[in-house]
Amino acid sequence: MAIWLTKDSKVIVQGMTGSEGSKHTRRMLAAGTNVVGGVNPRKAGQTVDFDGTELPVFASVADAMKETGADVTVIFVPPQFTKGAVVEAIDAGIDLAVVITEGVPVHDTAAFWAYNVAKGERTRIIGPNCPGIASPGASNAGIIPADITGTGRIGLVSKSGTLTYQMMYELRDIGFSTCVGIGGDPIIGTTHIDALAAFEADPETDAIVMIGEIGGDAEERAAEFIKAHVTKPVVGYIAGFTAPPGKTMGHAGAIISGSAGTAEAKKEALEAVGVKVGKTPTETAKLMREIMSAG
Amino acid sequence: MDLYEYQGRDLFERHGLPVLAGGVATTPEEARAIAERLGGRVVVKAQVKVGGRGKAGGVKLAEGAEETVARATDILGMDIKGHTVHKVMITVTADVAEEYYFSYLLDRANRTFLCIASVAGGMDIEQVAAETPDKVVKAPIDANTGVDEAKAREIVAAAAFPAEVADQVVDIAVKLWQAFVAEDATLVEVNPLAKNADGKLLLLDAKVTLDENAGFRHPDHEALVDQASVDPLEQAAKSKDLNYVKLDGEVGIIGNGAGLVMSTLDVVAYAGERHGGVKPANFLDIGGGASAAVMANGLEIVLSDPSVKSVFVNVFGGITACDEVANGIIQALGLLEQRGEKVTKPLVVRLDGNNAEAGRAILDGANNPLVQRVDTMDGAAERAAELAAAGV
Repeated sequence: MAIWLTKDSKVIVQGMTGSEGSKHTRRMLAAGTNVVGGVNPRKAGQTVDFDGTELPVFASVADAMKETGADVTVIFVPPQFTKGAVVEAIDAGIDLAVVITEGVPVHDTAAFWAYNVAKGERTRIIGPNCPGIASPGASNAGIIPADITGTGRIGLVSKSGTLTYQMMYELRDIGFSTCVGIGGDPIIGTTHIDALAAFEADPETDAIVMIGEIGGDAEERAAEFIKAHVTKPVVGYIAGFTAPPGKTMGHAGAIISGSAGTAEAKKEALEAVGVKVGKTPTETAKLMREIMSAG
Repeated sequence: MDLYEYQGRDLFERHGLPVLAGGVATTPEEARAIAERLGGRVVVKAQVKVGGRGKAGGVKLAEGAEETVARATDILGMDIKGHTVHKVMITVTADVAEEYYFSYLLDRANRTFLCIASVAGGMDIEQVAAETPDKVVKAPIDANTGVDEAKAREIVAAAAFPAEVADQVVDIAVKLWQAFVAEDATLVEVNPLAKNADGKLLLLDAKVTLDENAGFRHPDHEALVDQASVDPLEQAAKSKDLNYVKLDGEVGIIGNGAGLVMSTLDVVAYAGERHGGVKPANFLDIGGGASAAVMANGLEIVLSDPSVKSVFVNVFGGITACDEVANGIIQALGLLEQRGEKVTKPLVVRLDGNNAEAGRAILDGANNPLVQRVDTMDGAAERAAELAAAGV
């Protein structure tokens, strides 16, 4: 079952003919993802060969959905075209749009999010600036390496790409139902809370790892949500305890402003609602391992 | 990117907002020229990106050119909370009758923008919100419909601005929103928005933050970067498209992915607690798919920081292939030697993920006495801290 992405998901790629898009389309196919086509108005009608799999290129997301029944799009277009690509996906009414692109202006993200809200949030948006979503053994939409871990019963939600991979690797012997990289930008479509709610409802997920980092108060709000709505065990990890205030640490959203957004405050908020928080990724994995072996 | 007050003032002026006449000076002589142009009484304000400059003596009144030169001489070079004053802004004075507050900012939690307005301005708005929350209006702004006259009137009514200034506030609210959008700002804050003795509104301070991701739409924003205050290593890294932040410690850090690098800093700091209190010397993210050349550039920057005593290269290969990283490290050491910058600091390397076995074999085969391979992230952090403590 997993969340949001299953073996039945039909995936299209916006920007499939670009260098990043084609590289990752090939990887998604190799991971067993049912990629059914790409979108590029200038190359509509052509096909692209990926090691023997011929994928059609459509003029629009709407065309691709009509012809293939696609319900997921992965967006690799450059930052200046990202807003347009997401709006197109929303207009077409696709279920899930995974926005990989890094460096999208926050006014553009705010605009496509407001547009999605005005349209009744028909489309789930993950990202931007995220590694995507992977349900190991079933489907992979984005750039998360497929060979780190197999299927299992842990759910993972994370702001960071490589930390996601690190955690998947640490717990590779147990495996994951779904791993969601929600992205490190100040405004993102899918939040920790959305993923926590979905994992809570997913019968194939027994426990949840939540990875956060400095900046904003998403982790604090997630803690409130866990207290009220999550019965499954959650372990947490927060990156950035030693980050200096006022400096952006790689991710556009990772910045401590005054006393807000510190790792310490996030850890305290999570621990206050019974979430065990590890000091390092390895220690966090150990906490999850104890839960799964007791389970 | 946070702007200086004078840059914010200029930005407001360009967007047709009422600000005080003035200019910015880096020397007392430039200050004199501005004072002569403005005439009469002026205010000389230190330009630093930190609050509390008034209390620190960084804001002074001056009567005429001679006094302006004297005040500018006092303030230029002053240290305010660790920030050296390189520039002063000089403006005419305003006869302030009332002070209000107005801002637009990003509201991460609600994934939208927010307007904050208050008739109680001139002081810290967080304090006003804590003490008299009914005097602070927070209005969400839809990114697509924005602030038109009707929306502005709503805000002005909700914040209970006095009737005699309502039309002016509406006009300012609309223009300020247009500036916020046109410049891709994530914050425009006016505190105080002042009413002078003649009943005219003026934006007396300017706090502006611009979105660096939107740089491709704003080639002019590059000129707003204050080169003098940028760390030279950070500047060198930026010119090579590396994401580097200078920190205070002794263990150089290179990793891939912002989250993993942040985590690496923490793990090294914890290990440092057991090894004489050594700390991470920097944040450096070489990004996805890093090549040998990128690794060489990264190593060069990290090693050119004289406080670095050891380096921890922490890579989890997702897209990045560990064999390429390993080759990169070996080539980088050779490259740096060719450039006459022979490396003498020990490198601790941890490789996992994509092609990790091959990467480890390359490092082992190279048999470079400076390179130590450790299997786990925590173990490698421990070793790097230990080496830094021994080398201090």
